[in-house]
Amino acid sequence: MDGAAILERLRARLGSAIVETHAQCGDHTAVIERAALPGALSLCRDAAELAFDVLMDLTAVDYQKYPGREDGPRFEVVYHLYSLRWNHRLRIKVRVDEDDAVVPTAVPLWPIANWLEREVWDMFGVRFEGHPDPRRLLMYEEFVGHPLRKDYPINRRQPLIGPRI
Amino acid sequence: MAEPTRREIMLGEGSGTGSGQNLTVGMGPAHPAMHGIIRILADLDGEIIRKADVEIGYLHRAFEKDCEVGGWNNAIPYTDRLNYVSPLINNFAYANAVEKLLGIDVTERCKYIRTIMSEISRVCDHLTCIGASAMELGAFTVFLYMIKAREFLWELVEDVTGARLTISYGRVGGVKADLPEGFDAKLREAFKQTREVLDEVHRLLTGNRIFMDRMVGVGVISREETIAYAITGPLLRAAGVGFDVRRASPHWAYDRVEFEVPTQKDGDNYARYLVRMAEMEQAMRIAEQALAAIPGGPINVDFEGRPIDPAAYVDQGKQGKTEGLLLVPITLSPNLGGQDRKALERVNAHDKRVVLPPKETAYGSIEGLMNHFMLIMEGYGIRPPQGEAYFASEGANGELGFYIVSDGGDRPYRVRCRPPCLPPMAALHRMIEGGMIADLIPTFGSVNMIGGELDR
Amino acid sequence: MGVGSFFTSRLDEAIGWARKYSIFQYPFVTACCGMEYMATACSHYDVDRFGAGLPRFSPRQADVLFVVGTISHKMAPVLKRIYDQMTEPKWVVAFGVCTCTGGFYDNYATVQGIDTIIPVDVYIPGCPPRPESVIDGLMKLQDRIAVGAQRY
Repeated sequence: MDGAAILERLRARLGSAIVETHAQCGDHTAVIERAALPGALSLCRDAAELAFDVLMDLTAVDYQKYPGREDGPRFEVVYHLYSLRWNHRLRIKVRVDEDDAVVPTAVPLWPIANWLEREVWDMFGVRFEGHPDPRRLLMYEEFVGHPLRKDYPINRRQPLIGPRI
Repeated sequence: MAEPTRREIMLGEGSGTGSGQNLTVGMGPAHPAMHGIIRILADLDGEIIRKADVEIGYLHRAFEKDCEVGGWNNAIPYTDRLNYVSPLINNFAYANAVEKLLGIDVTERCKYIRTIMSEISRVCDHLTCIGASAMELGAFTVFLYMIKAREFLWELVEDVTGARLTISYGRVGGVKADLPEGFDAKLREAFKQTREVLDEVHRLLTGNRIFMDRMVGVGVISREETIAYAITGPLLRAAGVGFDVRRASPHWAYDRVEFEVPTQKDGDNYARYLVRMAEMEQAMRIAEQALAAIPGGPINVDFEGRPIDPAAYVDQGKQGKTEGLLLVPITLSPNLGGQDRKALERVNAHDKRVVLPPKETAYGSIEGLMNHFMLIMEGYGIRPPQGEAYFASEGANGELGFYIVSDGGDRPYRVRCRPPCLPPMAALHRMIEGGMIADLIPTFGSVNMIGGELDR
Repeated sequence: MGVGSFFTSRLDEAIGWARKYSIFQYPFVTACCGMEYMATACSHYDVDRFGAGLPRFSPRQADVLFVVGTISHKMAPVLKRIYDQMTEPKWVVAFGVCTCTGGFYDNYATVQGIDTIIPVDVYIPGCPPRPESVIDGLMKLQDRIAVGAQRY
C-alpha cells in the first residue's frame, strides 16, 4: 500500500480524529488527536493491510521557538512506524500543550516504547500515562529539568561531584 | 526441598542455593568484561539471573542538543562519534537526511563513494564486535587478528578521509573529497588481507568446541519478541527475518550491486556471530562491485598547467591583481587533495546553496569567496525549507535513522538519531534472564553495544 | 608536584627504573578513544614494547589509570571512586581531548576535563589521539614514573 492509500485508510477509520496529514519529502504523516492515539496505534499495528509491526522510533520535538508556532501546542510526540510485511512507513504525530504534557503510553503495543518513552520523559518532560516504569533513561535522578527543551541552556551543568563549571 | 549441602552453597551449584534468597549483583558501569559503560543490576539465584535491570546513559553527551547549536554541516563531526566504530555510515545517513529535506540529489559518483565507504565501515564494525566478544570468551588471538585486519582497513579510510576514526568525511550535498589516487589497488590489497584474517578466524572459532558451548543456544530471543522490540540489523537477521534497509529501501548504489542478506534462524549468539561473519564478506563484495562500476573510474584527477604557490596566489589578489586569476591553475596544498574543481564537481551536488565552492574558486574569485562565506558564516549557510524528514540507512547494528526538523534557519531545529543499538539493549534483560550469569558476557558482546550511539 | 616527591637516592632510582617498565594500567574506557586504545594495545603498535601491555581490571592492582573517553556527569562519581580505590603510588593519564578539557562537548552532560575531579599526570590530546601520540604520552609518563613524580 502506498503512503497516500495508508493515509486514506486512516482517514476512513478515524475520521475527525486526524488533525492534518502531509507527505513532505515522501514521508507520509498523520497528526492525530491525543484521545484517539491508542486506537490509531493499535489500528496501525493490527489491521492486516497496514501491519505496522515495528515501532522504529519514538521521539518528541519542542516547538516553543519555531517561527509561527510559538503559541500553539508546545510539544509534538513523533512515532515512526514500519511494516516488515508490506515494507511501508508512516509517521504519526500527537500535539500536546506544556501544561498538559501527557500522552497515552504505547508500551502494551510495543515493548520497545518503554525505553523510548522514558527517554522522551527524560529529555522533554512529556509524561506517558500508564507507563509501567516512569524513570529517567539517560540522565541521573538528581538532574533537574529536561535538557532537550528549547529553554534549557545547553551548558547548564549539574555535576554530582566536582566544581560547577 | 532437601537442605543444600555446603558444597552447593559455596559453589552455587544447581539451579540455586535453595535458600530462596536472591543476591543482587551490580555489574558495571566499569566492569572488565563489558566493553561499554552500562550497569546491569542482576537478581541472582545461585548462578541464574532471575531478573535484570539495565541502566544506560553513562555516555550521554548531548548529541541532539549539540546539533542544534551549529550549522547543518557542523553536526557532521558529532555524528562521527555516534557509532564510533563505523562513523562513515553515520555521516552519510545524516547528510542524506538533510539532502532529502533540501530536495537535492548527489552525483552518481558520490553515491558510489558513499556505498563503498559505508561497506568498509561495516566490515570494521563487525571485526571489532566479533574480536571483542571473542576476547571476552578467552580467545585473545582472535581479537589481535581482528584488530590487525581493522588496521588494514583504517589505513584505507585514512587515505580517503585523512583520519583513522573520527573522519568527518560526509558533507551535505556530497563528500569532503574525491577518492585518492591508487585507491582501488589499495582496497583490493586490504580486502585480500582481511579475507585471510576472516578465513583464519573461521577456522579458529566457527567449529571451536569451547566457543560453541558458550554461544549456541545462549542469549536467545524469539522472532516475535525481536520484532516487538524493534530490533533490526544482524540481531533481527539472526532471528530469521531478512530485513535490511539496503534491500528494503535501496539508496545510494545499493540497487545496482548484487549482494545477499545472510540470515540464520536460531536467534542466539552463535547465529549472530554467523550473520556478522557472512555480512563482512557481503560488504566486501558490495564495495568491490561498486568500485568496479563507479562512474569516472577510481582515479583522482591530476592537475595540468602552470603551477603557482597558493600563498603567491593570495598575495597577487591582495595587490589587486585579480584579473584573470580564475584562469590561473593553482597547486593546492596536499591537505586539500581531492577538493579541486574537477574532483569536487564529480562528487558533490551542483547546488551553490549547499556545497562549498572548489578551493580554486574560493581563493581565486570574489564570487567564489562570497559563496564560501555565505555557506560558512553564522547566520548564513545551508537553509533547508521548513519541514521534517526521516532518512534511514543500514547501520552496522541495524536501521540508523535520522529525523530532522528545520525551521528554515541555518541551524537544525531538531536532529534525532534513531540509534540501532538501543532496542537490543532495551531487550537485553529478555536475553539474559533465566540464563547463567557467565552467559551475560557473550550475550552482551553479541549485541554490540556502542555507547556513543546508545546514549548519544 | 608535592613536597618530597623527588627522590634522589640510588635505590629510588633503581625502583623508578623498575616501575617505569612494569606499568599495570587500569583502562577506564568509556567512548570512541577506546577504539584507538585497542589499536595501540594490539599488534600493530604494540604497547607491550614499553612494558605496559598488561591491563589490570581491578583498580586495587593497578598503578596507572588510563581515562579513555568522554566522562559524563553521570559517570564522574564512578571515576572518582575508582581513582580512590587505587593504591599509591598512582598515576593518571587523560587520554583524548574529552578527558583533557571536555573537547567539543561543551554541554550540560559532559565533565569539562577530568582534572576537575582527579589529579592528572599526563594529558594526551587528540580526538581520538593517534597511536603514535599515545605512545609519546606513555613515554612521558615513564619519565615521570622514573623520577617518582606524581600528582596525587
